[in-house]
Amino acid sequence: MSDLLETDGERLLTAVRALLERKGVVSAAEIAERRVATDNASPGQGAKMVAKAWVDPNYRALMLSDGTKAAEHLGIPMLGMPPLGVLENTAEVHNLVVCTLCSCYPRAVLGYPPFWYKSAAYRARAVRDPRELLASEWKTIVPDNVKVRVVDSTADYRWMVLPMQPAGTQDWDEARLASIVRDGDMIGVTIPSV
Amino acid sequence: MFASGTRVRVKDAWPERQAPAHIRTPWYVRGIEGEVVRHLGDFANPEDLAFARPAAKVPLYHVRFRKDRIWPEKQPEDEILIEIFGHWLEQA
Repeated sequence: MSDLLETDGERLLTAVRALLERKGVVSAAEIAERRVATDNASPGQGAKMVAKAWVDPNYRALMLSDGTKAAEHLGIPMLGMPPLGVLENTAEVHNLVVCTLCSCYPRAVLGYPPFWYKSAAYRARAVRDPRELLASEWKTIVPDNVKVRVVDSTADYRWMVLPMQPAGTQDWDEARLASIVRDGDMIGVTIPSV
Repeated sequence: MFASGTRVRVKDAWPERQAPAHIRTPWYVRGIEGEVVRHLGDFANPEDLAFARPAAKVPLYHVRFRKDRIWPEKQPEDEILIEIFGHWLEQA
């Protein structure tokens, strides 16, 4: 690469990678493997988990008790990733995920977070007045008889929401169900609809 | 160790005012009472990890707080569920 196009950051990265390899901390193959896993991580993977949980009660139970195992069950690489916890939306409770301290997000199963997820506004409003935030930004109205549970992702876990299956989709197959699940549904800012 | 259902209070401590610190306990629950939902596992203490000090594994809990104990907005049944390390909790 031409020196004119190489930034200081790239030079630093190359140097650090070479050092890590020489000291045996991490191999080039391991870095390449992680790059593939990171590039492949997308909301489509989480959506597959949600769709399977909707049609398979055993998988649903596994997902709620051990999100990491449930992800691995569908071939999603979780090695070296923080443990994944899954919280279920029900007729009694609606979960909303935020990280007020930084930007913790279930990247292994949802990929990169939406740009606003890291904003100070989202983080502050999610814990202060989540109902107002959901209603004004996403038109997501949580009924008064449903509890809002804000999940502040502050430490070693990453949290994902298992949304409720929308009415009228009972006879759909997994692939069709997965196609209606968006990233926002899996952190609770939106609700899947048809 | 705190069992599920134990009433706890987050310590009203502000170590970041004394010295550089890395803390995973949000300020808005310091001094607030909540309930242990469950023990999530033991993890290296991030307060040491962040400064490359030897970090012992410490218990991490999921703790729920009634939202109206923290903020005045309506809906008293709403709650905030937070991961909090054991050394930040005391029996309420």
